[in-house]
Amino acid sequence: MNTVLEVHDVRKHFGGIAAVDGVSFSVNEGEILGIIGPNGCGKSTLFNCILGQLAPTSGSVKLDGVDVTRLTPEQMNRKGVSRTFQLLQVFPELSVRENLILAGQEHQGTMISRLFGARDAGLTSQANRMIAFFKLQHLADAPAGGLSYGQQKLLDAAMAFMAGPRLVLLDEPAGGVNLTMLGDLKDRLKAMNTEAGATFMVIEHNMDFVMSLCSRVVVMAEGKVLAIGSPDEVRANPAVIEAYLGH
Amino acid sequence: MTGAQGLNEPRMSASRMDGVFLALIAGAVILWFAPVGMGRYGTYVLSLWLVTAVAVMGLNLTLGIAGLKSLAQAAFMGIGAYATALLTTKAGMGWFPAFAISGALCFAVGLVLGFPALRVKAHYLAFVTLAFSTLVWLVLRNEQWLTGGVFGLPNIPRPVLFGLRLDGALAFHRFVVGVTLVLALILWWLIRSPWGRAFLALRENPVRAASLGIDIRAYTLLAFAIGSAYAGFAGALYAPLVEFIDPSPFQLSASFFLLLMVVAGGSGYQLGPFVGALLGVVLPEWLRFTGGLYLIIFAAIVVALLIACPQGVLGLIERGWLAMTRKPASANLPAKGKLP
Amino acid sequence: MAEFLAYLIAGLATGAIYALAAIGFTLVWQTSQTINFAQGEFVMLPAILILLAVKLFAMPVWLGVIIGIVVFVVIFGWGFKVIIVDPMIRHGVLPLAIATMALSIIMKEGAKDGFSAEAQRFPSIIPSETVLFLGVSISLQHIAIITVACLAIGTLQWFVTQTKTGRQMQAAAQNPGVALILGIPVAQMVLLTFLINAALAALASILISPVYLAKFSNGEVIGLFAFIAAIVGGFNQVRGALAGGLIVGVIDSLAAAYISTTYRLAVPLVLLVVIILVKPEGLFGRQEERKI
Repeated sequence: MNTVLEVHDVRKHFGGIAAVDGVSFSVNEGEILGIIGPNGCGKSTLFNCILGQLAPTSGSVKLDGVDVTRLTPEQMNRKGVSRTFQLLQVFPELSVRENLILAGQEHQGTMISRLFGARDAGLTSQANRMIAFFKLQHLADAPAGGLSYGQQKLLDAAMAFMAGPRLVLLDEPAGGVNLTMLGDLKDRLKAMNTEAGATFMVIEHNMDFVMSLCSRVVVMAEGKVLAIGSPDEVRANPAVIEAYLGH
Repeated sequence: MTGAQGLNEPRMSASRMDGVFLALIAGAVILWFAPVGMGRYGTYVLSLWLVTAVAVMGLNLTLGIAGLKSLAQAAFMGIGAYATALLTTKAGMGWFPAFAISGALCFAVGLVLGFPALRVKAHYLAFVTLAFSTLVWLVLRNEQWLTGGVFGLPNIPRPVLFGLRLDGALAFHRFVVGVTLVLALILWWLIRSPWGRAFLALRENPVRAASLGIDIRAYTLLAFAIGSAYAGFAGALYAPLVEFIDPSPFQLSASFFLLLMVVAGGSGYQLGPFVGALLGVVLPEWLRFTGGLYLIIFAAIVVALLIACPQGVLGLIERGWLAMTRKPASANLPAKGKLP
Repeated sequence: MAEFLAYLIAGLATGAIYALAAIGFTLVWQTSQTINFAQGEFVMLPAILILLAVKLFAMPVWLGVIIGIVVFVVIFGWGFKVIIVDPMIRHGVLPLAIATMALSIIMKEGAKDGFSAEAQRFPSIIPSETVLFLGVSISLQHIAIITVACLAIGTLQWFVTQTKTGRQMQAAAQNPGVALILGIPVAQMVLLTFLINAALAALASILISPVYLAKFSNGEVIGLFAFIAAIVGGFNQVRGALAGGLIVGVIDSLAAAYISTTYRLAVPLVLLVVIILVKPEGLFGRQEERKI
């Protein structure tokens, strides 16, 4: 089994505070890895370090064996890592389809070829496939800002997949989504994984969502890794239970 | 920025793009014939309107679409105008190469000036371009050996097209219509291409754009440089139009004025520059009888417009259209339960 | 050496004016995200209004000054906030900034058409004489400007640190969200900053017009220097605006004397660009979180 991502002893200090304090784990191809932990345990900071939004104080991040620790978010995306955001970040004035084309266009050819090439950078059929997969057909030409919250979350996820990425990082995808929509979201993500072999990492608070979606889970507390294992193993781990007591 | 609640039609949709294309062609045809019977001065005003629209078009790209606050557009227009004037009078060059050089020069300077834009927060670009504007104006005013200083450069020749001299007001006007149409279509093509989407992403949400692999630095520089090049092109048209230039139309307040025109017409709308330039150039002509008050009136209109509708005249029209043709909010139905 | 001292003092005097303009500009920016591109015109107009009042109503100068200041503070302090800033702040920073550009055009053209396109003399309390000090001829007016400006800034500083209202205003300026939670009447504090800005601008106008004459176009240069002073000093700091103003004034004066009068403006401009590139938070500003 291939290791897609290797996180080695990553630390991030803000002043005197260690938000991430020596975290190591790897992500295997085709798996869905969950990252959970109480509020303030450093999950989001870790994500931002991996993605290049923040520069780690020390430690390394390797993608397919290549060191990507110091890359910027744009560069990470070019290398095949995409993400969704906790706070919704679709482009409200563009249509759903245009949002998807935007999400994939920078991977088609060069800047110059895109200037003189087709309007859609050849991505209309792929965008349509994505729209069909995420069941947004009736909204394909509507401005994305008019969609409901849950629908926008689906769009956000769809955008992350447009560039055929090596690894997708989902930041609290279930946040604020109602129960029925949640079922659809989980169902679509699972399908992406089984049908298209996509590899993901998911940060989540919603236990049920994580446990039913992920094949392996990393539990964090106070910037460190508390446990790594399958959902069942982690659920039974006494240290994990203690960290979540009163939670 | 206001969300899409006000939009029936998403930006950059095919129908919007086609609409703009048709409007440009139609406008060009109308303007080709419009000045017949208008006299020299009326024709001059129409030409001035179009030339100004070219400069505003460039600023619309930089500010309206890419979200970069440039206070140097008039300075670039000055660079273009002086370059063309000097090349055609003192170097004996034809207008067409001078036009190309003016644009290229402004593009290059725009790239150089744009570099600070990459390193600083958004509002600082305004001040860097402000400083640049003032520096340019200082050079134009002081370097008499080159620019003629406050005495300016006279006798700027009009272009010669395939041996045809375009000296007359109507002939030159039609030439301006043609050039403006070409420039507007190029920009139209740019905006409808993937670059246009990238520029919009840059304005709306640079963090999200970066996470999608959009090269923020490259697109920022390009938006700024292309916008500045258009100001250079406008200057290259302005010089033979007025046949005499001095530094005064290119000072800082002129850059403010161009910004006001972008906003008045409708920032981000492709036809906005034409509306804005109409308000800024043609309206004052109608208000001539009020003496110097037209500037005040225009500025006051812009303030009122900004309070009522920051999307400018075209934004107002779109809102009005929306209100009249409101579909039963089909796109706004929350998905309660299953997806179809 | 003797000349240097004279230039230095002249620079400090104009620098004090720029500092007054920069402090108001910074305060307004801090509290309400308003970048006032009309700040230069704010310093130009009061003197014109006073001259207009004196001419139209044949009133004595001292009365004209009082009435002029009051009218100006009401219109361009309270009026500016209520008519322009409040309705527009919800649309964002950019439309408001552009509205101030429009305002600057209105004020400038208004002064030109409503009063005069020519430079006008403005009466001064201090005689335009020089005094001999250490063998150097120093202008009394420059001394007066520096003194009055220092007094005003000192008073402001005292107000802001020693009085309850002043401290509330500072809190509202630095963190309106928290201030609101603490029960500070943020909206009133914001109004206060606008009034203070107008008052400082009016004071600057009265101080500078006797020396440089009152002309509708004065605002361009003064505004430019106010922006440079605010940024060089540190956009977020009132202290910085003071330092920035003095630095810019002195540099401008020395540049005019020792480098070139035609390009004197270039020196502060280059300083501005250098500061923006090297230390964008300004000499005294707080460094904002850098994104990579």
